[in-house]
Amino acid sequence: MSVFSHSLFMMQRHMRALIRQPFYIAFTLVQPIIWLVLYGQLFQKVVELPGFHASSYIDFVTPGVVVMTALFAGGWNGMGVIRDLDGGVMDRFLVSPVHRSAIIAGRLTSMALVTVIQSLILIALGFALGARFAGGFAGIVVLIVTGMLLAFPFGALSNALALTVRKEESVIASSNFLLLPLTFLSPVFMAENLMPAWMRAVSRFNPVNWSVEAARAALSTHADWTIVLTRIAYLAAFSIASGWVATRAFRAYQRSV
Amino acid sequence: MTNTAFNERFDIAKNLLSPEGVPAIEVHDLVKTYPNQVRALDGLSFSVEAGTIFALLGPNGAGKSTTVKILNTLSRPDSGSAKVAGIDVLREPDRVRRAIGCVAQKSGVDTEATGRENLTLQARIYGLRGRAMKDRVSELLERFGLTKAADLVARTYSGGMQRKLDIAMGLVHQPRVLFLDEPTTGLDPEARSDLWEEVSRLAHGDGITVLLTTHYLEEADKLAKRLAIVDRGRLAAEGTPEGLKGELFGDAIHIDLVEAADDARIRAALERLDGIRDVATEGCTIRARADQGATAVPAMLAALEIEGVKAVSVRVARPSLDDVYLRHTGRSFTEAERANETKQGGSR
Repeated sequence: MSVFSHSLFMMQRHMRALIRQPFYIAFTLVQPIIWLVLYGQLFQKVVELPGFHASSYIDFVTPGVVVMTALFAGGWNGMGVIRDLDGGVMDRFLVSPVHRSAIIAGRLTSMALVTVIQSLILIALGFALGARFAGGFAGIVVLIVTGMLLAFPFGALSNALALTVRKEESVIASSNFLLLPLTFLSPVFMAENLMPAWMRAVSRFNPVNWSVEAARAALSTHADWTIVLTRIAYLAAFSIASGWVATRAFRAYQRSV
Repeated sequence: MTNTAFNERFDIAKNLLSPEGVPAIEVHDLVKTYPNQVRALDGLSFSVEAGTIFALLGPNGAGKSTTVKILNTLSRPDSGSAKVAGIDVLREPDRVRRAIGCVAQKSGVDTEATGRENLTLQARIYGLRGRAMKDRVSELLERFGLTKAADLVARTYSGGMQRKLDIAMGLVHQPRVLFLDEPTTGLDPEARSDLWEEVSRLAHGDGITVLLTTHYLEEADKLAKRLAIVDRGRLAAEGTPEGLKGELFGDAIHIDLVEAADDARIRAALERLDGIRDVATEGCTIRARADQGATAVPAMLAALEIEGVKAVSVRVARPSLDDVYLRHTGRSFTEAERANETKQGGSR
């Protein structure tokens, strides 16, 4: 019970900070908007490739960019942990009876909320650029959920990383090192069956891939719910494992202070 | 031992115990080595009487902050044990966390939130709700003179205001033991004396046990009922500020000479006098200790006159904690501070 209420208090704290700087949300959207507009234009003709089963590239890339934005929101979430560590706020929480998991959960739920807002903005923008979502409302809900289920574990891992390395530079370096390759090793921008064989093999174990597959499956004319549900199950399992890693990271942190 | 003296001792022993019959803090043989092989604590033991201010005094890097981090459950020792408010910090850290308040060296204020929001979150973490919570928050804002700034983001606060907010947050759940880790570091003199008043009110008015760490001798002298001098992770001395200074027996006397004189001759001349001890010369300076500084000076000057040694100036000083530190650790406080800074480049 108190884990829940503590998480809520922590989430309130993060949401309040976000509301005080609404430009932050807009700022983090600059990059995905560039992807959406520029890639959407640049690769228009890609759909004509044999084996690329999509009616238009903007239809194809919009869910990809939504998922990618969620991935980045999660991957950079550890930066806030660094700020709390530097400011002494983290230590204050750790000497109080607050649940360790609530510290992470509060951060991740507020991030998830932001991700929902960003997803809706991107979906609207995609629509304005001509994207149509055959899967309708259910498809859009699945898209947003799979985005959150991707942001959550990467957020947890990013928090764990921040607690372990405790340096802004290291978090920046490893996020840069991981996030873009993970995006390009998934069908965010390119149809899976047109990817080189080795990439396809790697991408099978890539959570970004699970998320994109589930979203596209739900958004297609004849939604394949087996794909949707299995991929969501993978993502949920990955989330639980990552959440566990993040709470373990507190112990490592406390051993070293 | 006379009867009264015995009773006095007995009373002191009795007062060392809180109502439940245990000291507020008991530290036994703590050892802590950091992963980088720095041995921060090397068998530290002490205990703190309930309802008093106890200071851990030492230069940066002596192990004070490490001690506080172990006592407030943030960190764990390699060996040794400790109890806070009668609760074992290693066995029941959760219970300890409810009994203590902490004001860390680094502050813990969320600078993106207002003073009131900071206090409210802290109050909620400790389980306060509704009216009682709101009243407690307002009461603390009032007490620390933050009512006007309550709804401003803490980023805009001065150093002194942030420190006060820190202390208010540490008190929100009415802890039995409060840890103040270097509370006045970085504050201007005015904010510092302001804070001193507040801290002494905590122990005397509210009956909270305060463990204060400081590297300001003056701060320990002024606030603490008892203090422990920590040096290289060990206890160098422990007692009341007056008692520790009293152990040095008498006043310090410095005599500056016109020119350097023969050490042996001066020592022979001065140590013959009644109540003069520890005579040492260092270039043109004579240092000595006297039971009664004021009466010793004329006799000393007369003795020097006979030897044909001319004095330029004389200073008589009550022993300071600096003298105490020097005597117990073999180096002066400023020297130790400098040595630790170059060694570690930071504080532990």
